[in-house]
Amino acid sequence: MRLDLAHILRWIDPGSRVLDLGCGDGEFLQLLRDQRQVRGTGLEIDDNMITAAVSRGLNIVEQNMDEGLSNFPDQSFDTVVMAHALQAVHYPDKVLDEMLRIGRQCIVTFPNFGHWRCRLYLGTRGRMPVSRFMPYHWYDTPNIHFCTVRDFEALCYNKGIHILARDVVGNTQRQPVLAGTWPNLFATTAIYHITR
Amino acid sequence: MNTSTDSQSVGIVTPQIARFDQPLLLACGRSLPGYELVYETYGELNAQCSNAVLVCHALSGHHHAAGYHAGDDKRPGWWDECIGPGKPIDTQRFFVVSLNNLGGCHGSTGPSSTNPETGKPWGPDFPALRARDWVHSQALLADRLGIDCWAAVIGGSLGGMQAMRWALEYPDRVKHCVVIAAAMKLSAQNLAFNEVARQAIVSDPAFSEGYYQERGTLPAQGLALARMVGHITYLSDDAMANKFGRALRSGTLDQGSDGDVEFQVQSYLRYQGNQFSGSFDANTYILMTRALDYFDLAREYGHDPVAAFSQATCSFLVMSFSTDWRFSPARSREIVDALIAADKPVSYFDIDADGGHDAFLMPIPRYLTAFSAYMQRVGDEA
Repeated sequence: MRLDLAHILRWIDPGSRVLDLGCGDGEFLQLLRDQRQVRGTGLEIDDNMITAAVSRGLNIVEQNMDEGLSNFPDQSFDTVVMAHALQAVHYPDKVLDEMLRIGRQCIVTFPNFGHWRCRLYLGTRGRMPVSRFMPYHWYDTPNIHFCTVRDFEALCYNKGIHILARDVVGNTQRQPVLAGTWPNLFATTAIYHITR
Repeated sequence: MNTSTDSQSVGIVTPQIARFDQPLLLACGRSLPGYELVYETYGELNAQCSNAVLVCHALSGHHHAAGYHAGDDKRPGWWDECIGPGKPIDTQRFFVVSLNNLGGCHGSTGPSSTNPETGKPWGPDFPALRARDWVHSQALLADRLGIDCWAAVIGGSLGGMQAMRWALEYPDRVKHCVVIAAAMKLSAQNLAFNEVARQAIVSDPAFSEGYYQERGTLPAQGLALARMVGHITYLSDDAMANKFGRALRSGTLDQGSDGDVEFQVQSYLRYQGNQFSGSFDANTYILMTRALDYFDLAREYGHDPVAAFSQATCSFLVMSFSTDWRFSPARSREIVDALIAADKPVSYFDIDADGGHDAFLMPIPRYLTAFSAYMQRVGDEA
């Protein structure tokens, strides 16, 4: 299981209603169903991912977040989750607004572009970082809106979004202290629990 | 030659008839004294009677959905792409029931049947039917077959409307509702096409106010024309362009020649129309299109689809096809949105296909794969 998913799990109430935006093959929704008895719905646009998620017995709606989420009523889900998709949508700020309208609480995870390796790569080579975690080139990447931990928190501050909890995943399991103390430098993945 | 020996075919099937002598009270207020339903089944009903799937047909469909009636049949049943061993509706797992709707013309009681009161064909005096009447008669057939609860009720187009009505009328008798290329109600454009089709039939002098059977005439021309109009709306612009383009079947448009010219598409439509008018009953066509027109899922629920779907207890699969303009993906998304707002489990796939409305009958790989994946779950939960 992806580490960021394990972190999110404890914020989900048993038996609650969860919307997973960009649910991929449904790994997380299945975990929520099996371990939290969650009633989940996933949004996905990739054919193969949808089929894989449906094969897990999950409820998957083919819908593109970039075309809006206005079909979901206000406060219709307990939790809206978006794992590793914020950086791939056209209007991350608008998607956040919509998530907070639809869900009582939201959980967002994204790769931290402020990580020291990214900075070093860009600083020494003068080129956009390509790594194991971000294996794309600037021209073919689906990740069109990279941000840092500090960028995200500034957006939350500007929008009046309340951060209930922040968690981070460091580069290795042995450095939780570094990532916890200087997240903008050492967190590879940032995890936020937010509400209005 | 057919493929009835193919391992993915249900093979040779024989229709059966269920006779009902209890009168059926209809939505129009009249009741049908007694009636017959012709149906086919594929696969085996399990000991718990929990693996039964009902297939609801569309406007011009019938009970023969899969397999062959005889070894030398040229074509299999109308939904053979989806029903059979290893197919989405896998007959190794499911017991599939497919019937000809009441009011039909393929063996179930309908306008061409004899009215017991007069000893003559019902003709235009056959009672008007609504989708809910079909659903109620299907429930009685389920009783007869020992099926308390369907693992799934599945239908495309008008069949999808019946499937949704099932979910509202008999919530405890449906576990999964599969709605393909359907809508909660017809648009004005759809109503208009149906009216053109009906006018084509009734304005054929041979229609004889609907008493053509008694008078020994046949409104073949009108019925063919109705089918031609309908057929255009089932195809997409792209599909017609790809299949026919502007190709000529005969004649030439060269300067200096003034002979008759026939486009391929003209000949194709006429062929389709003639084939149809030879095998379908005009009064049934009128009855079916009216049932389609009158269908409005949420009418009895304050015109609120969310209130309507709140009755349902099953899970839903909704599918649409990108180039379907008769029942466009937007209509399917309305269904999905109402289900989400009603807090019902729903999956939705919008299949990229150039086949228009008829795509739901075609072997489109992504359609079959996604449909199979969902039916796998239906089987697991049966």
